[in-house]
Amino acid sequence: MLTILFDGIAYGMLLFVIACGLAVTLGLMNFVNLAHGAFAMLGGYCAYVLVNFYGVPFFASLPVAFMFAAMIGLVAERTLYVHFYSRSHLEQVMFTIGLVFMVSALVDYFLGSQQRFINLPGYLQGRFDFFGVGIGKYRLLIILVCALIVIVLQLILGYTRFGSRLRAAVDDQRVARGLGINVNWVFALTFAVGCGLAGLGGALGAEILSLEPHFPLKFMIYFLIVVSVGGTSSITGPFLASILLGIGDVAGKYYAPRYGGFVIYTIMIVVLVLRPQGLFARGTAK
Amino acid sequence: MLRRSVLAALAATALAVGTVPAAAQETVKIGLIIPLTGPFTTTGKQLEAAARLYMQQNGTTIAGKKIELIVRDDAGRAENTARIAGELIANDKVSFLAGFGLTPLAMATAPIATNSKVPMVVMMAGTSIITERSPYIVRTSFTLGQSAVIIADWAAQNKIKKVVTLVTDYAPGHDAEKSFVDQFKSKGGETVESIRVPVQNPDFAPFLQRVLDAKPDALYVFTPSGVGSILMKQFVERGLDKSGIRLIGPGDITDDDILNGFGDAAIGVVTAHNYSTDHPSAKNKEYVAAFKKANAGMRPNFASVGGYDGIHLIYEALKKTGGKTDGDALLTAMKGFKWESPRGPISIDPETRDIIQTIYIRKVEKKNGELYNVEFASFPDVKDPVKAQKK
Amino acid sequence: MNTVNTVQQAVAALKQKRAWHWLEYLFWLGAAASVFLLPSQHALLTQIAIWSLFAISLDLLLGYAGIVSLGHAAYFGFGAYVAALFAINFYGEPVTGLLVAGIAAGLLGLVTSLLVLRGTDLTRLMVTLGIALVMYEIANQMSWLTGGADGLTGMPVNPVLGFFPIYFMAANAYAYVLVVCFVLFFVAKRIVHSPFGYSLRAIKGNPLRASSIGIPNNRRLIAVYTIAAAYAGIAGALLAQTTPVVSLTYIDFQRSADVLLMLIIGGTGYLYGGIIGSALFLVAQKFIGNVTPQYWEFWIGFALVVIALFARDRGVFSIYERISGALRSRKAKP
Repeated sequence: MLTILFDGIAYGMLLFVIACGLAVTLGLMNFVNLAHGAFAMLGGYCAYVLVNFYGVPFFASLPVAFMFAAMIGLVAERTLYVHFYSRSHLEQVMFTIGLVFMVSALVDYFLGSQQRFINLPGYLQGRFDFFGVGIGKYRLLIILVCALIVIVLQLILGYTRFGSRLRAAVDDQRVARGLGINVNWVFALTFAVGCGLAGLGGALGAEILSLEPHFPLKFMIYFLIVVSVGGTSSITGPFLASILLGIGDVAGKYYAPRYGGFVIYTIMIVVLVLRPQGLFARGTAK
Repeated sequence: MLRRSVLAALAATALAVGTVPAAAQETVKIGLIIPLTGPFTTTGKQLEAAARLYMQQNGTTIAGKKIELIVRDDAGRAENTARIAGELIANDKVSFLAGFGLTPLAMATAPIATNSKVPMVVMMAGTSIITERSPYIVRTSFTLGQSAVIIADWAAQNKIKKVVTLVTDYAPGHDAEKSFVDQFKSKGGETVESIRVPVQNPDFAPFLQRVLDAKPDALYVFTPSGVGSILMKQFVERGLDKSGIRLIGPGDITDDDILNGFGDAAIGVVTAHNYSTDHPSAKNKEYVAAFKKANAGMRPNFASVGGYDGIHLIYEALKKTGGKTDGDALLTAMKGFKWESPRGPISIDPETRDIIQTIYIRKVEKKNGELYNVEFASFPDVKDPVKAQKK
Repeated sequence: MNTVNTVQQAVAALKQKRAWHWLEYLFWLGAAASVFLLPSQHALLTQIAIWSLFAISLDLLLGYAGIVSLGHAAYFGFGAYVAALFAINFYGEPVTGLLVAGIAAGLLGLVTSLLVLRGTDLTRLMVTLGIALVMYEIANQMSWLTGGADGLTGMPVNPVLGFFPIYFMAANAYAYVLVVCFVLFFVAKRIVHSPFGYSLRAIKGNPLRASSIGIPNNRRLIAVYTIAAAYAGIAGALLAQTTPVVSLTYIDFQRSADVLLMLIIGGTGYLYGGIIGSALFLVAQKFIGNVTPQYWEFWIGFALVVIALFARDRGVFSIYERISGALRSRKAKP
């Protein structure tokens, strides 16, 4: 069923856009950021407020959502996260879960606990037929935007100075510092971009995943699955992992609806037990 | 000498202040235990708002007694509900327990109500057997069976022959599925496929694809309140509405509280339920206006009327017993009581202590730029079908 | 000569650590007294005791063996369901139920511990979370057995050991739970101060070094995971026996997250952290929750962030230590 394939890919790519920031943060700074979903949620609500309350066109709200989440990420990183780089993973977990609770409570207080949907423009709704395969217009948009992001990321990583510095810092922080690379600055910028991407993903995904104050905790498991299965040493790892999980989840639910819910967790457990560093990581675990 | 008399005066004052409980005899307390944190917060908020609205509108003095509402959050956990109920009865001396947003919460409290002979007004939880768990339970909300059975009747009467059911894979979903399938079959309909969807499910794509493949006349859906909206959007996105499949289900899926956020995808969905914000009675118009005014524009939904009517029942029962708080007397007063609620005429079945009400068939339509469940057919005096079948 | 002295000193030091501090005696005497002195709070105290036991079981994993688990509720819930089903279908005596639940949960822990051995902290986090989510789904889908989202009711609670009734008697139930908790706490303390316990701490500190001096890492981890799972299962069974309903909230993510929070607040690695954390958490929740339920989430998040920023391992006490340390150093300057 090609439609299922298409749906699975769209879903997977959405997960990827949100989760890739987490993958880079984890790989680069060895930081378990369970609050990553909160940045996605903030981006989503930003777009929601802009489109539904101020009439901003949907496509214009996307970059704003990106910037909004990125700015918050930058500020948070410089003021709070920076204290935790050398701490144990448990303390990082504590801190980020605490952040999630605070952000969820604030969102609930200011915007209420009901689900929110962004008013999409008419031309993005519905679907059309392409050689017998039903293509949802919104899902097509997601695939296009995400593909674009992946290409841009790969270009930045592979062909810019910043990209090479980032890759150096991921491979070996000490040596990178020794070479004069300002690793702190690389961290901060990367974190901000990761949060921005999460925010963009949140805005894009609001239609499919739905926005409500408990979004970060509900979807945290999916982002973590993408990252742990995909490994953290590259972009392509999480990308392939997301596609795999998206298709696996969707196909599992189509062909065996009763057990569909288990597929994604079972895949994760199996992969982690067999290859703890992730399916697509190279070499040994750090 | 002076010191001793001052001490004596202080002691006397302390005693006097300490024995204020004399006034407690004149206060009747209602313990409202609802989920205000956790995943079912919106239900709790609606119940509390409705209860407070009723008390604000009707005063807090009945039959010479002062009524006090104590609201407690149980976070949706049965152990908390049971503990809080026990504490309210033992420490706060409540005469009524009320609320109960979910089935396990009511089930856990039932033995406590029986043991202490305190009437327990279930304002939300919808599983049939709850009222059988304690002779002190009275329900003012609805049972899942009521809407499931009625929509099945309506479907059979309206040229719908083949149906696919899609429910969330949890106990209320299973109940709704069973009630619908059995009733639909008894009226000559056929359920082609029964799909169950995991509770944690962000994407309905694969399930809706199966529905499309099965080509039924209608899709019967049951999901927890918020999830229905995603389902509807994806229903339209996949073009199922254009392929002639009608979307039907109990009113939970078009919850008035969030209906406006669904967008035009919801228009045309037919549901059966006990209450719609749009119900065209004078009493309801008043209720909706007052509710919105007191709660920053929040619309009352089917959960709220359970709360509103529950407090009304308590008030009326107290009037009938002349302010006496004996549990058995209050229950006798409640059984068989009929009244006009914002949702329409309702009564408490004297045999089962469950609610008997009119179930309406509604369609989602746009009125004045907002979405409403507009009623177009009604089935009066519907009892809980599961218990009715047992006879 | 010197060697003998050092060995004697080492043995003496270890014995001292194992000894009971007078504050501990005071605490447990106070707990026993609360059975008679605080009748209106028995329900709350029972809950605190059960959560404490649950948190202690997690402390064994987290504070002593260094395994970060986001899914410990899997064993808590499993133990609860087993105890309830056992009572409904076979025999309703509570202590037997506890034993059965403990053994069942321990077996589940034994089997799943194999999945947790490999990988980093993140991997373990994910795997334990995954296990708990799978268990939740199983409990939800097998609703013909577990009652699913509607819950499992009708569990009989016979008198303990045949003569001590606890059903619907808050004081008795509390006494029963307290006794069970104390016994298990005592056992846990022995475990933690035994060679086995010290080997766990070695593994937590530096697994490579531990294995190089001959400690069989994997076997120890499997053992502690099994014990922790059994303890959690017994805690779950206790909750089932004192609340006549078992539902999915016994095994959901919120339960795992809450117990982790309680342990963190109280501090890991010294067993009392679980008790203190649960008490603080539940009492705070009761009071803040009654005033403003929605604010509870915000303040607990805030508390976590503050504790994470300023605390090392001792939870709230680290803040106290920091402040008193700062005060002391200020005083020292003339």
